[in-house]
Amino acid sequence: MPDTVLELRRVSKDFATQRAVADVSLEIPRGAFFSLLGPSGCGKTTILRMVAGFETPTAGEVWLNGQRIDALPPYQRNVNTVFQSYALFPHLTVQGNVEFGFRHKKGTDEIRRVLDVLKQVRLEMKASRKPSELSGGERQRVALARAIVLQPDVLLLDEPLSALDPQLRKQVRVELRDLQRRVGVTFLFVTHDQEEALSMSDQIAVMNGGALEQVGTPREIYARPRSRFVADFLGAMNWIDGIGVRPEAVSICQSPTKTGRKAIVTDVTYLGSFCHIAMTLEGGEAILAQVPPGSAIQAGQTVCFTWNPEDEVRC
Amino acid sequence: MRLRNPFLAPTALLMAITMLAPLAIIVVYSLLTRGAYGGVELPWTIENFTRLWDPVYGIIFLRSFWIAAVATALCLVLGFPLAMFIARSGSRKNLYLSLVILPFWTSFLIRTYAWMFLLRDTGILNSALQALHIIREPLPLLYNDGAVILGLVYGFLPFMVLPLYATLERLDASLLEAAADLGARPWDTLVRVTLPLCAPGIRAGAILVFVPCLGTYLTSDLLGGSKTVLIGNLVQNQFTASRDWPFGAALSLALMAIAMVLLLAARRRGEEML
Repeated sequence: MPDTVLELRRVSKDFATQRAVADVSLEIPRGAFFSLLGPSGCGKTTILRMVAGFETPTAGEVWLNGQRIDALPPYQRNVNTVFQSYALFPHLTVQGNVEFGFRHKKGTDEIRRVLDVLKQVRLEMKASRKPSELSGGERQRVALARAIVLQPDVLLLDEPLSALDPQLRKQVRVELRDLQRRVGVTFLFVTHDQEEALSMSDQIAVMNGGALEQVGTPREIYARPRSRFVADFLGAMNWIDGIGVRPEAVSICQSPTKTGRKAIVTDVTYLGSFCHIAMTLEGGEAILAQVPPGSAIQAGQTVCFTWNPEDEVRC
Repeated sequence: MRLRNPFLAPTALLMAITMLAPLAIIVVYSLLTRGAYGGVELPWTIENFTRLWDPVYGIIFLRSFWIAAVATALCLVLGFPLAMFIARSGSRKNLYLSLVILPFWTSFLIRTYAWMFLLRDTGILNSALQALHIIREPLPLLYNDGAVILGLVYGFLPFMVLPLYATLERLDASLLEAAADLGARPWDTLVRVTLPLCAPGIRAGAILVFVPCLGTYLTSDLLGGSKTVLIGNLVQNQFTASRDWPFGAALSLALMAIAMVLLLAARRRGEEML
């Protein structure tokens, strides 16, 4: 049985007018990169805030390392947060921010750890800068350094990449994943970006309307979604007679075949490394296929399409 | 800019007439000789300024600074929790803010007289305490430094609360969460995050309270009695009882110069922090 570092037991959270989190139970294995994935307002950030201590559950329990923590104030929980806006202290330098958590216990060991972490996030040369003098990516790394230097049992990350530009975001994904493996800290990562969750996580919990939809590895969630919501949220999905087929699983032949289904091509979108072919069935349903970019298929053409039954999704 | 200039003209004119012109008159007066029945006469002299070095006036200056500093500190200590409370009271903010500025609806003079009625030997406070047999002789509440400081704190507290409120209101709540997240207890967060980030508001409030307190004459005259002579009263005396306008002018210039030096020092310190 894997070692669980953080556990939520039937946690609910009600705000004045709505139920933000509804009866969620989760076990997060030690050392895992665990993502909470869902659309905005699905309750994933509320879960993070309940673990951090900024919100108190209306019902249920939160356990960290075998200790019940849901009634403890944030400063007594050994978890740290990377905030969406980073929340760096503007009056302190990079070093001052990273040292903030060591206020009352700054010995040689702590000083060495601060330098070590600054080096790990490649900010040792900017230790005496103020946050206002840093780029977005650098600020994000300060926020990360400030949290991991305290060696938390769980590091909570609230959409930490959403403020970065798309180019940088992909690069930071890899860096973040590497850092997590190197440091070995458990990550609880909140995101609404399925690609982000798929590419970085060991496990993903998909949430919708305050409730858990499915928990599993990225492959399980993508290939074996247990609900239509999960299937649709993780990527484009064609629904044909109640069966789900991903666009990349659809293959198109330009001549009619026995097993294939007929469709009319309505649009061809060239996307560099592949093409999106939009089609309609006779009944009017829209079908999307993803094919290699060299394809000669053109709009208006009647084609046949098939898929491998192994790639079917039933839920 | 081009559009704004014509609209600024009336203000600029008003400032020139009501600020610069009197200032010029004060400068000229301070360099002239006193007239026998008030007013000023030739010849030109700098004697009014050399007289300022007399220790008698030095003591009055120091006393004024001390009282203004104590009043400012008390305003800060009382005003900060109040500003914090208002900034965090959500939809009731506007109600509380209007309560803070409510006293401005009546004249400062009348409100100061009201304090006299409260504090004097036969005043409400002493009468009540005597009626309840808590004290036999009336407490000396009026005509001392304490009464002056009380009057100043009462009068200038809103000038501290409003700028503090403005900075606290803009304070990013996620910074306070971040501090708690990094292990800081509420008091730690106040000292290490809230106070440093409110420095501009504290500075603005301190200046708005300290400068008028330094030049006060009404409060010290009414609540301090003859025992408490501050720079403001000294200046007032020169233009009334003493009939020494040139020296009064020199005194007020000295007061202005000191206040200006303090303001510049506070500003430089503010720039360093940014």
